Amino acid sequence: MDTIYLIIVLAPLVGSIIAGFWGGRIGRAWSHWVTTAGVGLSTLLSFYVLYRFLAGSTEVYNATVYSWMVSGGFRFEVGFLVDQLTAVMISVVTFVSFCVHVYTIGYMAHDEENWPDDSLAGRNSYQRFFSYISLFTFSMLMLVMANNFVQLFFGWEAVGLVSYLLIGFWSVRPTAVFANLKAFLVNRVGDFGFILGIAAVAMYFGSLDYAQVFARAPQLADVQVAVWGDSQWSLMSLIGILLFIGAMGKSAQVPLHVWLPDSMEGPTPISALIHAATMVTAGVFMVARMSPLYELSETALSFVLVIGATTAFFMGLIGIVQNDIKRVVAYSTLSQLGYMMVALGVSAYAAGIFHLMTHAFFKALLFLAAGSVIIGMHHDQDIRNMGGLKKYMPVTYWTSLIGSLALIGFPGFSGFFSKDAIIESVHASSIAGSGYAYLMVVAGVFVTALYTFRMFFLVFHGEGPRDAHAKGHVKESPKVVTIPLILLAIPSIGIGYFTIGDMLFGDWFKDVLYVAPAHAVLEIMGEEFHGAWTFMLHGMTGLPFILAMAGLATAAFIYLKRPSIAHDIKTRFDLLYLALDRKYWFDELYQLVFAGGGRAIGRLFWSLGDRFVIDGVIINGSARAVGRMADWVRTIQTGYLFHYAIAMILGLLVLLTWYVIV
Amino acid sequence: MFADLPILSLTIWLPIIGGMLVFASGNQAANASRWTALTVAILTFVVSLALWAGFDTSTAQMQFVERTSWIALFDIEYYLGVDGISMPLIILTTFISIFVIIAGWEVVQYRPASYMAAFLIMEGVMVGVFSALDAMLFYVFWEAMLIPMFLIIGIWGGPNRVYATIKFFLYTFFGSVFMLVALIYMYFQAGSFDILAFHDLKLGLTEQILIFVAFLLAFAVKVPMWPVHTWLPDAHVEAPTGGSVILAAIMLKIGGYGFLRFSLPITPDASQQLDWLIITMSLIAVVYIGFVALVQQDMKKLIAYSSIAHMGFVTLGFFIVFMIFAGDSASGGATLGVEGGMVQMVSHGFISAAMFLCVGVLYDRMHSRQIADYGGVANTMPLFAGLMVFFAMANAGLPGTSGFVGEFMVILASFQADFWFAFLAATTLILGAAYTLWMVKRVIFGVVANERVAALKDIGSREFFVLGSLALAVLALGLWPAPLVEVMDASIVNLLKHLAVSKL
Repeated sequence: MDTIYLIIVLAPLVGSIIAGFWGGRIGRAWSHWVTTAGVGLSTLLSFYVLYRFLAGSTEVYNATVYSWMVSGGFRFEVGFLVDQLTAVMISVVTFVSFCVHVYTIGYMAHDEENWPDDSLAGRNSYQRFFSYISLFTFSMLMLVMANNFVQLFFGWEAVGLVSYLLIGFWSVRPTAVFANLKAFLVNRVGDFGFILGIAAVAMYFGSLDYAQVFARAPQLADVQVAVWGDSQWSLMSLIGILLFIGAMGKSAQVPLHVWLPDSMEGPTPISALIHAATMVTAGVFMVARMSPLYELSETALSFVLVIGATTAFFMGLIGIVQNDIKRVVAYSTLSQLGYMMVALGVSAYAAGIFHLMTHAFFKALLFLAAGSVIIGMHHDQDIRNMGGLKKYMPVTYWTSLIGSLALIGFPGFSGFFSKDAIIESVHASSIAGSGYAYLMVVAGVFVTALYTFRMFFLVFHGEGPRDAHAKGHVKESPKVVTIPLILLAIPSIGIGYFTIGDMLFGDWFKDVLYVAPAHAVLEIMGEEFHGAWTFMLHGMTGLPFILAMAGLATAAFIYLKRPSIAHDIKTRFDLLYLALDRKYWFDELYQLVFAGGGRAIGRLFWSLGDRFVIDGVIINGSARAVGRMADWVRTIQTGYLFHYAIAMILGLLVLLTWYVIV
Repeated sequence: MFADLPILSLTIWLPIIGGMLVFASGNQAANASRWTALTVAILTFVVSLALWAGFDTSTAQMQFVERTSWIALFDIEYYLGVDGISMPLIILTTFISIFVIIAGWEVVQYRPASYMAAFLIMEGVMVGVFSALDAMLFYVFWEAMLIPMFLIIGIWGGPNRVYATIKFFLYTFFGSVFMLVALIYMYFQAGSFDILAFHDLKLGLTEQILIFVAFLLAFAVKVPMWPVHTWLPDAHVEAPTGGSVILAAIMLKIGGYGFLRFSLPITPDASQQLDWLIITMSLIAVVYIGFVALVQQDMKKLIAYSSIAHMGFVTLGFFIVFMIFAGDSASGGATLGVEGGMVQMVSHGFISAAMFLCVGVLYDRMHSRQIADYGGVANTMPLFAGLMVFFAMANAGLPGTSGFVGEFMVILASFQADFWFAFLAATTLILGAAYTLWMVKRVIFGVVANERVAALKDIGSREFFVLGSLALAVLALGLWPAPLVEVMDASIVNLLKHLAVSKL
């Protein structure tokens, strides 16, 4: 079995290396074939692994591949843990990645147009892009298949690296290379907390192996540590919060969310793959994986809950005022990641992973559909210039509709089941902050429906396209683009209905995700669960459903019937509009405080500390002092005999006097 | 098979004698002297590999020992030997020297034979420093090291080279005279210059503190530690590329090596008393210097400051051991800290060499090190850009590269000493990425900035070979550091055992 796992991980890496190093030699076609085949192979094998788990014909696999390092009694190893959670994750990652690989063949076909003519970097950019997305797939698989913290961190940073390379893929665009640096640095702020969390685990558990750490966790549940002076902290809270800071960076939670909207500077396929479906959900996966630790600290869980709920609502609000099609979807992603975090915060880990899975499909679909629209609009991304695309792009239209309905949680679509499960579990929870979170996630449903269908109606309905330039050019994208849309639309519709029973209320995650008896919200809900159909019917009588419909109706009324209302609201609530339009001034604040402040401190240290005090006063100062002393001594060396004679006589006198007195 | 050969003497004297021959051959037959130098460097590397192949990892004893009387009157011996601490550093020296020779192949047209000769002699002397077990022999090599470097900067250096050489020389010389006094004092106590005998020498606390401070002055300048670091950026800026490479990759390591070979084992109690001082200086190096690096306009200065920050991890890892001993957690962290410091030294050897070579590649073409003169280099030098981004990521401590391993180990270890040490040390994740990648953004990415960048030619096969080899080394050490750690483990565990016992 371990050969299969190795192939799953290494096949994308091999493809990436071939396309990356020899892409120029083997040409474009071979490059996309070799990478797509590698990921395709991984996908098939991942499905096979998932199938074996479903059939109950395989055991949890936890073994070392090789020993990375042994030092000071710590064994750091590279190894795989494959259980039900891993099986779901690798299937989602490889499947979405495969769809994105196919889609990229169409989307990047004319990438040379994005580069200046004489740029050598643009010459093999097509091959390089495939190399990167395969490398990403490898990194993500390493992350989700890790059986220890070091490898987790390796995958964690490796996906960050590829994200950096891909956001800045069009390196001749100033906005792109600004965005990728920002993304990397904000992620590093998260990783700063993450590595401290790992260090805490290493110190108190004496191991970084998941199995050993989880086994020891209950014994350390009541350990208190002093962090600042004598203040006592629960060890588990400290570890939980530190690790979660890492997740806030990677999964773009407030206040470390600022990089994700800017990451839209990257080509659309990677927005779908990295910044919607997979990498940004790494934080969610990590917290779920660490459930045996988080369950021991309600403080950490509440922290996760409040951060998630805040992100879910307030980032969704920004989505309403965005006009760039990709940015609307990006803010939607932020908001949906908040929903997943909320699920984790109330210990409904399975619901978080469930939403992660459904979201991966419908959000990748929405992004790829947005990309298809962008191709149709000749790289115009402003939804105000679109409109009426329904008749020109039927496949994109229908798949977008499916994705949008899934996103707003329309009954029957995959997003409905996962989102309803999250809201219900928040409702059932009594952990600190759950009241606030409930309010946020329920209100968020309306917001989600509103921004989703605002975009949908502006893009596809009405007269159009509004931009006269685009008229007559718009046509449906080629098959390599539309087939992935269809492939993703299928799970966007059906996956929720068919898997909710097993994933949430069955025993699929029973031995994987640990939930303390006091937090078992899903178990409570499970008692009333009688199949997906009744769950759906029940959901249609609830408040979230009504709010979703209200949001949809509002969007329809404003953007199909009375466009003037939008403008009226904008002027009526100009301050609110400004706050949303400026994204609550996070960017301006960070730019001033961190970027500006960091440079100011650097200049201060350099000019005052290094150049003035150390070099100016101490080093060159002592050199000058020696110089002055030498000058003075030099004046005594006159060369005149009588000067020396007088000095000798004076000296003799002084000595004699001293002898006489003493 | 190697047992009968004096491997260490060969590794020292082969390059020194080879260098003298190259020097004597004169600068007329430039190509011949280049090829001779390269052959000698490769041969030395191959010979030094015998150290690795024949090394017994199960013991902390000195290996490949050579010992004969040298100056009998003062009991000075020609005494060589290596353990797990010095052996990796020797191989690092012989490895890096090859690339220094290749990197200077075409660029250095002024007195090429002398240039090659200086580096070969330098190589032999540095191996001598790492393998000397007689304190006087060590001191001779230590000071001898200054001469070729002084000449390298002084002859092939930049416009402000005189200031830089004098600053470099006085700084390091200032530090080392105190060390000489300490060595002579211990000679009178021990009756010999045997460094291993010094380790077992009983010393009172006051004696220890004085000796510790004397060593600290010597080693802190070499590392260099804050606040005696300001010679390094100046020396780097003025040094030719090869000089910067040797300086950053190997000479700085000699300071770190000194702490492990002298300060810690000879004065364990003073080290424990004054560990707060070293820890403070190390953490200032990481944070303060990180900020200073951020605002540098000159690429070489930026990398020089980055070196100081990275070397802060080395000294931090070495000196947190006492607080870990004192704490209640398992003492495994102490091993992790010292081994992390060692791994960081080797890794920094590769990465800083590569970074300076990258700047050298650009400087050779544009004759500017100013970040502002560049922009969009990726458009004209894509292959080079890929390599430079890779090394930048390694410099920022990306897992999978060697830059991560040492920092990770030291952060893990310092957490066991104190949460806030780890907190401050971990800021390197942000600062290191900020100063390195901001430079990359301004130099590599963007549109072609000016005519001169537009005219750039991508790296040739020689430059690719040099950078590619270093990239492989960085990657190999990042993906599988086990062999390196295994080699040093016995010696470091033994050192820590020694440290745990007070001399008082």
